Amino acid sequence: MEEVVRFTLNGKPTTLTVDSGRALLWVLRADLGMTGTKYGCGEGHCGACAVLVGEQAVRSCMVPVKQVHGEVVTTIEGLARNGKLHPLQKAFMENDALQCGFCTPGMILSAYSLLRRNPRPSDAEIREAMEHSLCRCGAHKRIIEAIQQAAKEMEGGS
Amino acid sequence: MDYDRYMELDFTDDGPAFVMTRRELLQLMGTGIIIVLTGGEVIAQASEGRRGGSGQGLPEDFNAFLRIGEDGKVTCFTGKVEMGQGPITSLAQELADELDVSLDSVQMVMGDTDLCPWDMGTFGSMTTRFFGPALRAAGAEARAVLLELAAEQLGRPVEQLAVQDGVVFDRENANARVSYAQLAKGKRIARHAKATLKTPAEFKVIGKATTRRDALAKVTGAAKYAGDIRPSGMLYAKILRPPAHGATLKSVDVSGAEEVKGAQVVRDGDLVAVLHEHPDEAERALWRIRAEFETPQAGADDVSVFDHLVKVAAEGEEVSRGGDLKRGEARAAEVFENTYLNSYVAHAPIEPHTAVVQIEGKKTTVWASTQTPFSARDEVAEALGCAREDVRVITPFLGGGFGGKTRNLQVVEAARLAKLAGKPVQVAWSRAEEFFGDSFRPAAVVKIRSGLTRDGHIAFWDYHVYYAGSRGAEHFYDIADYATVSHGSGWGGGAHPFATGPWRAPGNNTNTFARESQIDLMAARAKADPVEFRLRHLRDEKMRGVLTAAAERFGWTSAKPAAERGCGVALGIDSGTYVATIAEAEVDERTGLVKVRRVVAAQNMGLVINPEGARIQMEGCITMGLGYALTEEIRFRGAEILDRNFDTYQIPRFSWLPQIETVLVEDKNAAPQGGGEPAIITMGGVVANAICAATGARVLQLPMTPKRVTEALRKR
Repeated sequence: MEEVVRFTLNGKPTTLTVDSGRALLWVLRADLGMTGTKYGCGEGHCGACAVLVGEQAVRSCMVPVKQVHGEVVTTIEGLARNGKLHPLQKAFMENDALQCGFCTPGMILSAYSLLRRNPRPSDAEIREAMEHSLCRCGAHKRIIEAIQQAAKEMEGGS
Repeated sequence: MDYDRYMELDFTDDGPAFVMTRRELLQLMGTGIIIVLTGGEVIAQASEGRRGGSGQGLPEDFNAFLRIGEDGKVTCFTGKVEMGQGPITSLAQELADELDVSLDSVQMVMGDTDLCPWDMGTFGSMTTRFFGPALRAAGAEARAVLLELAAEQLGRPVEQLAVQDGVVFDRENANARVSYAQLAKGKRIARHAKATLKTPAEFKVIGKATTRRDALAKVTGAAKYAGDIRPSGMLYAKILRPPAHGATLKSVDVSGAEEVKGAQVVRDGDLVAVLHEHPDEAERALWRIRAEFETPQAGADDVSVFDHLVKVAAEGEEVSRGGDLKRGEARAAEVFENTYLNSYVAHAPIEPHTAVVQIEGKKTTVWASTQTPFSARDEVAEALGCAREDVRVITPFLGGGFGGKTRNLQVVEAARLAKLAGKPVQVAWSRAEEFFGDSFRPAAVVKIRSGLTRDGHIAFWDYHVYYAGSRGAEHFYDIADYATVSHGSGWGGGAHPFATGPWRAPGNNTNTFARESQIDLMAARAKADPVEFRLRHLRDEKMRGVLTAAAERFGWTSAKPAAERGCGVALGIDSGTYVATIAEAEVDERTGLVKVRRVVAAQNMGLVINPEGARIQMEGCITMGLGYALTEEIRFRGAEILDRNFDTYQIPRFSWLPQIETVLVEDKNAAPQGGGEPAIITMGGVVANAICAATGARVLQLPMTPKRVTEALRKR
């Protein structure tokens, strides 16, 4: 059913008239042209489509757009603020924690969500939180290292 | 952002997009310096025996490898693509070093068929081995030409000049200087200079660990993949798929789909698709199509396929032979005969196959996730019935390839649909389509008969591989009497129920698993340490070197670490690179579940262009390799693929990750070898050997699922 859906997207108020049952992923990519959010599996198995709703990473392929009405949504394009990269983005770069880069937006936003819940995660807690984020290139080792580095840097509270 | 004219692969932030046609490129010769290479030994080597279906090799008439602009920027043109394996960094390093410019001033234009020299494709770990030397030669020639120009301008002999960061200066008077940018201004260069490549001692950029140059774009979401290209008016397509390969469409009722607002159904023979401005709406409409297919009788399934393959395999072709098998067997005190099996595996890149095609008058532009942009161009031209010159394929970043993005089926689909629709069309496969349309690594069988002499030496080696091909089939041990025979080609020619193709280091995974398992079980029978047993049979200094390096780093001892834990070793050669891998695994004997705790891999790949990139590739190989070792196998019934998503087809996850250590054995004066594939080939064998060391159970089939491990435990 077509409805008006309002939410904040990367800091900007956004209003859409859409079939509100459509997946947030496709509304972001096709309607709004925010292509940083990726399709990987369409069934919530891989995490390539993760975005933040508030501080929580969700799988946008599984979220009907009406569920974000009134919410604050952040995609990978909105993570850097005022031209300053988020510590996770910097850490992914410095640790070479990516190869093809296709899972990277989802990895970073899932890690962001983890660090909000648990600012000092152990190695085991990182693995557990990231377990359902899939990377095919095999960058796992460096992704864990990047998250650890970002956690350290964020201790001052960024 | 204007997506309509996304024509560039410009990875630096230096202003306007770099948009050129070939004609414009030629015109640019008046304003910059374009280095044209004609023929030459390196190029011949790069294209020898590997010409495209169109009869093309690397072009000999017009072969622009690089351009030095009036702004001093160096642009490298290469038909290679960036799919995560890192040439966007390593090739730029090679060029920067030969040219004596900073790495930052080199920009890469990759996989654009209008701008880049013809290329066969990005696979087989060939970029650094074959394109790299050609690129370095172009860089060295360019530098020589620039030095000549500088000598004329400065009125000094070439021998007296030096270059730093793109500025030529007099060694004796550094005030006499001129930059590449100044030299390029208003120049037209059509000459060649003799140049020699730098030696390792002269390298400044090559061999220096360098982080990825595309990382910024990839962590901010700015990096464009094919599905992110959206020309205005573009429609997303969803295509009707048969339930099994070979099924034919009997009847179709599309009326339900046509009722979906904004949906347009198009049909061209068996190609039935829904087009819509939103991909999810296109998919919703597709579900409303009622179609009947006639599915051929199911043949083999994932259990019976191995017998089928051995039965249909052609007479074997000899890969290598030495001595006399009969003589060797007569010396054997004990004979070992085993059959090793390996399953079909999927490439499963996180980015599914995607293509966008835009037809404007005569000109067709394609953006595709492809490892073979030039083949894609030819295939589109054929499908549209137009000239190859009228098709331009632009390759944005690939979200993984691993050998799977070489067939371009989705590109041809998008081209046909764009023509039917009269609008730009994007085809992006769903995950289920990806598992269906993939060209799997072929299932394969290896039969080995081998023998041990009374004093613990390998007496003979009789090796038969079915459908894994000859890559990695040859042993490298000191065995006098041996034969290696390959039955059925690597890709199967009709033997398989569906398409098969190369998968990261193709059949070498299967061959190395079988060989290293067999060597290990003989070592155990000879009551020898598996590392010592291998060294006993190795004369090749390079192989001894990597094995020794891995054993040292691992702290190898014959002692068993702890209950249910064990350490294994496996060796292999791929794409010219030598690999030794040692792993420690833990086996839960109750469940058969295997956990790999630690992996050390040592690699000799000759000259290492980017040590950081090389290590990342090794880590990626080790991590990805755990998948085919432990869980990955396509389940199918006849030509129907049962795996459709990552819930049943399990790829490696964070919880699997062992402690990984990589060792690069220095060999600077040797030519650079492959890096993207070699370290994956040992993973099946090393895990099998570690399982055996932990439990005494020998698993002869990949993947080593809990069920297979449990069976092997029962048989021990």
